[in-house]
Amino acid sequence: MIKTFKMKMAVALLPLLALLTGCSDNIAVLNPQGPVAREQYHLIVWSLIMMSLVLAIVLIIFIYVLVRFGRRKSKGFDPNDTGNRKLEIIWLIVPVLICILLAVPTVKTLYALNQPPKATAAAPAALNGSKTLTIDVTSVQWKWLFRYPDQKIETVNYVVIPAGIPVQFRLHAYDAMNAFWVPELGGQQYTMTDMPMKLWLQADKPGNYDGRSSNYSGRGFAQMTFTVMARSANDFDNWISSVKNNQPALTHAKYMQLLEPNTVKPQEFSSYPAIVAKDFNKAQMDAVMNGESPEKDSMPGMDMGNGGKGGQK
Amino acid sequence: MAESTLSLDAKNRKNLPLEYSTEEGDLRIVGFWMFLAAELVLFGTLFGTYLVLKSHTGGGPTAQDLFKIGPVMAETLVLLVSSFTCGLSTLELRRHNKKGLITWLAVTIILGLVFVGLEANEFYTYVTHEGATLQTSAFLSGFFILLGTHGCHVSLGIVWIAGILIQLARRGITPVTARKAFIVGLYWHFLDVVWIFIFTAVYLTGWVM
Amino acid sequence: MMDSITNFLSHFFVTGDPMIYGADASIALVSVAVLAVLTYFKKWKWLWNEWLTTVDHKKIGIMYIIAALLMFFRGGVDALMMRTQLAMPGLSFLNAEHYNQVFTTHGTIMIIFAAMPFIFGLMNIAVPLQIGARDVAFPFLNAVSFWLFFAGAMLFNLSFVIGGSPDAGWSSYAPFAGIELNPGVGQNYYVLAVQISGIGSLATGINFLVTILKMRAPGMKLFKMPMFSWSILITSVIIIFAFPAFTVALALMTIDRLFGAHFFTIAAGGSPMLWANLFWFWGHPEVYIVLLPVFGIFSDVIATFAHKTLFGYAVMVWSMIAISFLSFITWLHHFFTMGNTAPVNAFFSISTMLIAIPTGVKIFNWLFTLNKGRIEFTTPMLWALAFIPNFTIGGVTGVMLAMAPADYQYHNSYFLVAHFHSTLIAGTVFGIFCGLHYWWPKMFGYLLDEKKGKWAFWVFMISFNICFMPMYFLGLMGMTRRMYTYPAGLGWGPINFIMTIGAFGMGIGFAIMAYNIVWSAIHGKKDTTGDPWDGRTLEWSIASPAPEYNFAHIPTVSTRDAFETMKEEKRAGRAKPPAPFKPIHMPNNSGIPVIMSAFMFVAGFGFVFWWFWMAIPGVIGVIACLIARSFVYDDFHHIPVDEIERTERAAGRLS
Repeated sequence: MIKTFKMKMAVALLPLLALLTGCSDNIAVLNPQGPVAREQYHLIVWSLIMMSLVLAIVLIIFIYVLVRFGRRKSKGFDPNDTGNRKLEIIWLIVPVLICILLAVPTVKTLYALNQPPKATAAAPAALNGSKTLTIDVTSVQWKWLFRYPDQKIETVNYVVIPAGIPVQFRLHAYDAMNAFWVPELGGQQYTMTDMPMKLWLQADKPGNYDGRSSNYSGRGFAQMTFTVMARSANDFDNWISSVKNNQPALTHAKYMQLLEPNTVKPQEFSSYPAIVAKDFNKAQMDAVMNGESPEKDSMPGMDMGNGGKGGQK
Repeated sequence: MAESTLSLDAKNRKNLPLEYSTEEGDLRIVGFWMFLAAELVLFGTLFGTYLVLKSHTGGGPTAQDLFKIGPVMAETLVLLVSSFTCGLSTLELRRHNKKGLITWLAVTIILGLVFVGLEANEFYTYVTHEGATLQTSAFLSGFFILLGTHGCHVSLGIVWIAGILIQLARRGITPVTARKAFIVGLYWHFLDVVWIFIFTAVYLTGWVM
Repeated sequence: MMDSITNFLSHFFVTGDPMIYGADASIALVSVAVLAVLTYFKKWKWLWNEWLTTVDHKKIGIMYIIAALLMFFRGGVDALMMRTQLAMPGLSFLNAEHYNQVFTTHGTIMIIFAAMPFIFGLMNIAVPLQIGARDVAFPFLNAVSFWLFFAGAMLFNLSFVIGGSPDAGWSSYAPFAGIELNPGVGQNYYVLAVQISGIGSLATGINFLVTILKMRAPGMKLFKMPMFSWSILITSVIIIFAFPAFTVALALMTIDRLFGAHFFTIAAGGSPMLWANLFWFWGHPEVYIVLLPVFGIFSDVIATFAHKTLFGYAVMVWSMIAISFLSFITWLHHFFTMGNTAPVNAFFSISTMLIAIPTGVKIFNWLFTLNKGRIEFTTPMLWALAFIPNFTIGGVTGVMLAMAPADYQYHNSYFLVAHFHSTLIAGTVFGIFCGLHYWWPKMFGYLLDEKKGKWAFWVFMISFNICFMPMYFLGLMGMTRRMYTYPAGLGWGPINFIMTIGAFGMGIGFAIMAYNIVWSAIHGKKDTTGDPWDGRTLEWSIASPAPEYNFAHIPTVSTRDAFETMKEEKRAGRAKPPAPFKPIHMPNNSGIPVIMSAFMFVAGFGFVFWWFWMAIPGVIGVIACLIARSFVYDDFHHIPVDEIERTERAAGRLS
């Protein structure tokens, strides 16, 4: 019985080994391409080590007791072995220590992620002297709108950023809640209708990184993907000016079309009308279209200081 | 089901008030306390919701715009007095005075009806005079549902006491009717306590802040 | 006229998919067949008298388990449909709408209509027997609880063929679940069906808390209770404090959807985030509502088949109490990524990690119960043993998820899905299968076949690992939950394919278990002793199946493993001669619970379709039933001594 148990466990674990050794490049989270993802990656690896240790101890004891006492006439059978103060204190204290070892880096990282990462490249000219780039992201059923408030351009379903420069994404939702996730560059953050959120990301080097919504929002959710294209400072400047010079302007009518629930191809616009910059949610936009005033009513209760990762300032 | 511990403390039970004199009565009273604990969480959640949404007036009327001191004080007074008369009915129950018990419970019902009437009138005024409805804003949704839930509880209590009054009139004071009258009393006092919180968290802070 | 009727019907009935027509036809056929069989064999009266109106906790428990097994089947079919759709990139077995409905019903059904009722079934059967009681504190309320759950479950399942299923996920996040973005009736089904069964769950919590606090056999101090009863005591407290929050959340969403209020809407100041808070304030404790009871089952089963007293009993109890307390202050870890400030996320990270401490303590205590034991590998024991390593994997990944900054990378990915399936399957599902095999003889008087039971176990357990271990990696590769399809070229295909194989393996395991139940009903070994496992707790001291009144004599308890002590005393010749029988006071059957729930069903169905002409009479019917019950006075009877003697003799308990 014991032998079959162990054998079958081994069979069950085989595909895992194949996975681990086979394709670690595919595993986006374990293949960080920016300082934010790397920080999270270190935390993940540290917790993985600690947790493997715990799992190993449990498995060793488990297999030991099954082998030793899993027989009809096991030696050492002792029905009166009902407790052991010393042992129980040990396995109370050890988990406490492990928790501390995990909690300290957790809290440190939590606070560190509020700060922009350190730039590793010279800022492109298109940033107009700023050391960081700010991009307003709006999730709409089922597409991503990216607005460059300083460069005054707009893209849909893809975003171009300069490599090595910290980028602050300000996240909004037009209708359903979504989550903005680029696993190779860093962890996700929700987009919400009543609370703008901030997320710092930075790419080490030029390249394309897959992003997607990770919070279910309806029929077209699976197609709600985007590409983050990190480019060198030069390429970034060229791209900005090419969009400004060669692409059509986003009109109000076209914007209203984009706000319809559907999926669209990636596209770009050389400018946008003023209403786009107001970050109206669906209810506010409906009110405006009906000629009423869009009462901006975000959540004062949630604005607990500004030390947090998100929250509005 | 009822015998397991009955045999144990049958002697002790004789000294207890009538509603505790059977194991069944004892179980139900304990059970009702547990139910009230759940009710506490229920109202707690509604209070939390109201407090979160209080400032979310969405361009509609605010608490200061709406709440009038007069009707609210009247409601409070009526409900507090009803809680007192309900307490008197329990005292009469302990004295095995059927007539007194029925009288005070009846008075409680009448006061309860007055309270519900006053509250309905208050809501009616908000809706017709101020155009403040459930659909106007998150703040008003929270307000109407918190108070409405309390009002529904009071209304249900009125029906409940009426049913018990019929049983009391028919059967007199027995361990079973005593238990029922006692439990409905707990329920009524609980609603009174909830009202005190409503008065504080909704009206007082509404006036002041 | 004709047009409007056809238009109504095509919206009323879900149309357009052969699978749905198949479901329609099979539901109709099965219903007709059941009615025909009942009529042909003249079983209506039997059904009404013996089952529909029963207040006997054992029969209610059996009904819970039958219903829960059916719901497991439904939820399992949902899972297999999802896994088929995802087996390879770009399949179109299900379209987006169907897939969205299927994962929503899978989650809701598995948690609310399968796992919880299964646990309620087991606790109905075992708790009164373990504490030496003749029924629960409120037998009538117990029947009400069951029938409310049943009405809710039926209402929820009806959505598949009438009107359309909910499709906002089992957590139904606002604003997507609100009327603006989700205008159909599906989400109405969710809020109303879950609400109806939730009221029943709350009543069950109150019922069992009072039962355990007030109705233990003489001498059974709290710290002498069997561990399963302890776990139910704690679970009941969690239910009482968690469920009302959910009741409110569902009611508010119902009011939003039906009457246009603005609790969770985008417009007029509504707060979608409030829904997330209320939902998880219930939702996290809910996890422990379905986990703590199986911790209890495992404790009893491991002690029984290691033939030892549980190691560190008091610590086991205190760790459950600690878990129940912590379960109320961790809800925010379900949305670390919703813009909370760093101190808030830090608090909830740490409070979540803390849960690992009492849970770890429990794991080690189980291991040390096995240590120096004489382990017997019966089917229930196999489920309990498999729980330890598999659940530990779910537990350690839970700690990883608790670390907020790392969670930004795991959240809503398949890593998370793998984690909660590791805990809920290796914990809850293994646990209820374990309890099912363990208490089966006590329910029916015969054992489930061991050989087939072990086959079911191995197939299910191995398939579970094949399905869910790769899933962790899929999550780290960036695949998120609730995607109905994915493109080729991301490298997700092979892993998904392996997972699908595992999922079907679990289906086969479940099928073997179902076959075992049918086979054993015909050929199963009779349990003549009432103590087939050499049990340690009081439920094994009476005949199998347990007689209506459970205990002819209420036992007196002096130790933790009460029955073990009794057996030792008997062996030593110190057993006292039994006292003469006394008439036993028992509650009467009542038709009110089932009728009231039928009204509740009608009311719920009316509200789903905004048909107030139907809903209001339903509500009035419910109130009328409550009033009618208040006027029932002859609600008990006595079982005479000669009947007790006859029953005991027939069970071979009188010499």
